[in-house]
Parts: sequence; C-alpha cells; structure tokens
Amino acid sequence: MDALRTENLTKIFKRFTAVDRLTLSVPAGGIFGLVGPDGAGKTTVMRLLAAVMIPTAGEAWVLGHHSVREAERIKERIGYMSQRFGLYEDLTVIENINFYSDIYGVTAGRRRETVRELLSFSGLEAFQKRRAGDLSGGMKQKLGLACALVHRPALLLLDEPTNGVDPVSRRDFWRILYRLLAEGVTIVVSTAYLDEAERCGRIGLMHKGRLLATGTPADVKRLMKETILEVRATVPRRAAAVLKDAMGSEAVSLFGDKVHVATDVPGKDTEMVAELLRKERIEVGDIRPVEPELEDVFVSVLAKDRENGIHG
Amino acid sequence: MGERIIRMVIKEFIQVFRDPRMKAVIFVVPVLQLLIFGYAVSTDVRHVPTAVYDAGNSAIGRDLAARFGSSDYFDITDYPRSHAEAERLIDRGDVRMALVMNEGFEENLRAGRTAHLQVIIDGTDSNTAGMVLGYVAGVTADFSQEVMMERLGRARGMTVGQEAVELRTRAWFNENLESRNYYIPGVIAMMVMLITLMLTSMAVVREKEIGTMEQIMVTPITPLEFILGKTIPFGIIGFVDVIIITVVGVFWFEVPIRGSLLLLFFATALYLMTALGVGLFISTVSGTQQQAMMSTFFFFFPAVLLSGFMFPIANMPEPVQWLTYINPLRYFLVIVRGIFLKGIGADILWPQMAALAVMGTTILWVASRRITKTSS
Repeated sequence: MDALRTENLTKIFKRFTAVDRLTLSVPAGGIFGLVGPDGAGKTTVMRLLAAVMIPTAGEAWVLGHHSVREAERIKERIGYMSQRFGLYEDLTVIENINFYSDIYGVTAGRRRETVRELLSFSGLEAFQKRRAGDLSGGMKQKLGLACALVHRPALLLLDEPTNGVDPVSRRDFWRILYRLLAEGVTIVVSTAYLDEAERCGRIGLMHKGRLLATGTPADVKRLMKETILEVRATVPRRAAAVLKDAMGSEAVSLFGDKVHVATDVPGKDTEMVAELLRKERIEVGDIRPVEPELEDVFVSVLAKDRENGIHG
Repeated sequence: MGERIIRMVIKEFIQVFRDPRMKAVIFVVPVLQLLIFGYAVSTDVRHVPTAVYDAGNSAIGRDLAARFGSSDYFDITDYPRSHAEAERLIDRGDVRMALVMNEGFEENLRAGRTAHLQVIIDGTDSNTAGMVLGYVAGVTADFSQEVMMERLGRARGMTVGQEAVELRTRAWFNENLESRNYYIPGVIAMMVMLITLMLTSMAVVREKEIGTMEQIMVTPITPLEFILGKTIPFGIIGFVDVIIITVVGVFWFEVPIRGSLLLLFFATALYLMTALGVGLFISTVSGTQQQAMMSTFFFFFPAVLLSGFMFPIANMPEPVQWLTYINPLRYFLVIVRGIFLKGIGADILWPQMAALAVMGTTILWVASRRITKTSS
C-alpha cells in the first residue's frame, strides 16, 4: 500500500508556481527524501501533504485519505514537523509534550507509556522540567519530534528537520528516525543536504516546483550518463576556476579538496584537463574516473534543466 | 471536545502567569489606575486661591470677603494693596481669582445704590473657571439678599418674611458631586477593555510568530476549540479584574454600589464578548506582535475618548456622535454608572445590553470566520 500518492498536485501563489504537476507515490514503511535546493517547493509539498494547505489543482491521498475532503482524518494519523518547529518556549519539556498529547486526545493510559518512551529515545528525560526556550538547538529539535509523535502517527512528515542543527545532533536525529522506521512508521523528510538524501531509502529530486527524478539514491545516480573525473590538484579552488572557464560551469564543481568534472568523453577530457592545468602552472596529482555522488547528479540534472530552458 | 478546550485554557494560564511582567499588567496596573483616578484625577473645584482688594477697606467689604473665605471653595491667600498688584498675582498664577471692591463700595450700599464687585478670574482652564463663577454667583446672591432684607427690615421697623424664590439644588445619584464616584466605575470599563484586548490580540499572533500556530493546525483541534481556548482564559482574567476594581472601589474609595452585582456581572460578560472579539479580530489581521499592539492602541484610544468616559458625548460634533454608537465602551459606561450610582436595573439598561450582545456576537463571528485550519 502507498503511504501517500499525488496526482498532478499543483500550487500556484498569485503568479508564482510553487509546485508544478507533482505526481508521486511513496510506499509505506520507508524513508522518502524530498531533495532540492532552497525554493524548490519542498515546504509547499509538505504543507499540501499535511492537509493544511489547499492545492490549486491536482489531488493527494495521504494514508488513503483525500487531502482536502478528509483533511481532519489525515491530521489524526500523521505527525508533522514544520521547518521552524514551534515549541512553547515558556513551557517546560514535559508541559510541551503533555500539551500536544492533550490536543491529540491521547488517553491517559496510553500516554504514560508513550511519554516515557519518547523521553527516553530523545534523551530528554533529564530535562523534563527545563523550559523549552533553555534547550540547545539539537534538543529543541528532538523535543519537536517528540511532540509530533505523541499520538503514534503512521506517517511522519518532516520539513527540513535538521536545518541549522550541529552535525552530532543531526546524526542523533537520524538514529531516532531509523528507530521509528523499524517500528513501522513511514517517514517523508525534505532536505537540502545531499548527505542526508543518501540516508533515505528513496528520494525525489525537486527543482523549481517540479519533480525531476525519483528512485533509490543509486537509481538516481544511474540517471547520470556522464562519467565523473576526480581531479586532485594542489590549489583546488584555482583549478576549479580555470576548468570552469574552459569547460563550462555546469560540468565542473568543487568537492572539498577535489574537483569533479562531468564528461561524455572521459579519455579525451582527462588529457584536456591535464593540459589546461599545466598551462596555468597548477600542479596536478591524479585524474581518475569515480562513481558519481548525489551532488554530481544534482548539479548535472539542474544544469540540463537550465539548458532546456524550462523555468518555473 | 471539552477536554481539549480545558487544556488550551490551562496552557494559556500557565503562559500568562509564568511571565512576571504579565502578572503585573493584569493585577497591579488596574489597581494603579484606580488609585490615580481615585486620588489624583479630580474635577472637583475646591480651595481656589483668591486675592481680595478692597480699595475702601470697608467693614462690609471685609464681611463679604469673609463669606468667601469661610466657604470650602475659596481660600483667601492675599490682600494686595492696589489693582495692579492684584493683576500681577493673577498673572503669576499665585491666585486663580481676585475680588476687587472699588472706593465707595460701602457708601453705595448704605445709600441704597448698586455696589459693584469686580471678579477677575484666571480663565486658562475654562472648565474650572466656569465652576468658580458659579460659586461666586451663589455667595454674592446670598449676600445681596441679606443686605436687602436688612434694609427692608430697617425701613419698616420689623422683620420681614422671606418671600423670595430660594434655589435649593440637590444632585441625585452623586450627592456631593464627587468626581471619583463618576470615574471609578468608568475605570472598570476602561481597564477591562485594555487588558482583555491586549491579551487576546497577542495570544494568536504570538503563536503565529513562534511557529506553534502551524503545528496546532496539523492537530485534530477544531477552529471552535481553538477560539474558545484562546478567549476563555482572557475572559476569566477580565472578570477577575472587574472584581478587583469593584472591591477596591467600593471598600477603599467608598464608591456606592446601589444596583445588582449579578446584573453587573452579566453585563460585563456581554461587554467582554466585544473586547475579546475585537482582540481576536486584531490577532487574525496582524502578522507580528508589534502590529497587534499598534492596532490595539489604535482601537483603544479613540474608544476611550469617544465613550463619554471623560468628555460628554453630547458635546461632540454630530458625525462623531454617530461614530460612538459602534463603541462598546460607550454602552458599558452607561451600564456600570447606572448600576453603581443610580441603582437602575435591566428594565432601563436593556437597550445598552442588547447593543453589546449584538456587537459582541457579530465581531466574534467575523473573527472566528477568519481562523481556518487550512491556508489557500
């Protein structure tokens, strides 16, 4: 069974098309990542799926319920964490959790068990009496997640949950998500971080309101026809600049201390790269073809999108 | 459904009372306002500093001056020795009024001619000046009448009956014309409006600002539950404020309460509906707490000025008077003053109560229509 399904889901704000004919299905019991740069329309999709926004056109079914006609049924069964998860900062950790439990109508008997579990896996047990406003960013994050889970939802929608959270807290957060997954919760998470996208079972690449590709991270990587040449140079930043000038900015990108060059003709371009850098007196270490990373795919897909002249 | 509302209410109370500044606003500010209006703001005119210049230095002049001095309204503080000196005293503001009797004041009276008493009054504060003139006329009239009687008596060699029309004024409902009796019931209307308006308008906007609004909207809560959860706590706080102000007003300032307390509370409930409705409406149209605060004051100040709290509505230009018909404060002032001072009941106050009920339900309905769980 699909946890959610959309058909030509479209949202237009005045003249701006935030989501453009999105057709997608997400099977139950997995982590689905909605991946795209800022402004791709991820948040709008999440809101449409959480049934707090009415689509301009198209339809969506979440857990089998229609997102407009049965909005309230959806709300009972999903957990949603908005980008800026709103906590009552003047309430304590436990007061926040209890408040959401009350609003979701969690019965007293089930609540004790759930709250204990939530506190333990989020590591907030010791901070129950602390005000939410006094928690660190990562802790707030976990409290937000705990609040979205008080009613044991079957589907969890997380809108850029780790935005602005330190790497250690991000790892903790993902550990919690895997635990939830093991308990059978379907998770849809939007993110602009590609390392997070790699952690998802399936991803959908979004750009300018449109879904460009879906599949497992490996599937999506296979979409890439070009080969990636990894160039090691002593001054990677300058090397990248030189190569961009010569080969076009879509083909070249900087990955830490390495430069990636996308090419259809790896043999010929290996020579060319070496030649170009030598001319600029940049010392070249090693040039070799590598497996594309998600970011390579992303850069390449976005570049093609731009070439095709499709603009939102 | 009831459970959820109760939880919302409890949450609001926790939030309000956890903030010490909020506690002060709710409980201290009304009492402070009451003290200001009870002690400091008084339109009663008493102890007007007065100068007396009697050019003839006559016995009758002294007698007249003494009558002024012995009344509660005037304190004779200076005896200038020239007209010019009297003027200077007024110019400097040392005295508010000067009584001037020219040479021949006594002779004129004795000879049966009209004697002129000149009253110079500082008219910068026109209201006070008007009242002072009234007192002066009263004292002078008494004096004239006595002089006349005395002379008639002397002429006929007997005492005459007092066959004259004597003015005996009696103010009903506020016998001593104490301004605090007039203002303190008004403070109830004003403070309750301000506090409930502020709390309600902030309550929803704050949730929008910190992002909890979106989170609440994805829960199964109904808009009605949300609205009740956001208004009931502030309604209760409004009631508590009414009780505090009433208790302090009645027991400390001895403002009489002649009507039914039950009716007062019932009318307060109607009035609170309008305040909560306006607050909720402001909350739905504002994006930030600053905007809500500005809108609250933009509504509140005209509402107070055009309510008859300080300035009588009858004195306002006619179009402005029409405007006051949509001002809930106007109606509630009539009700509180009626209940406190006149002791009148619903048989007389029903039109005001009906007006509040209509306005309250209308604005609450409009505001709640604006709160929806889905955005488009």
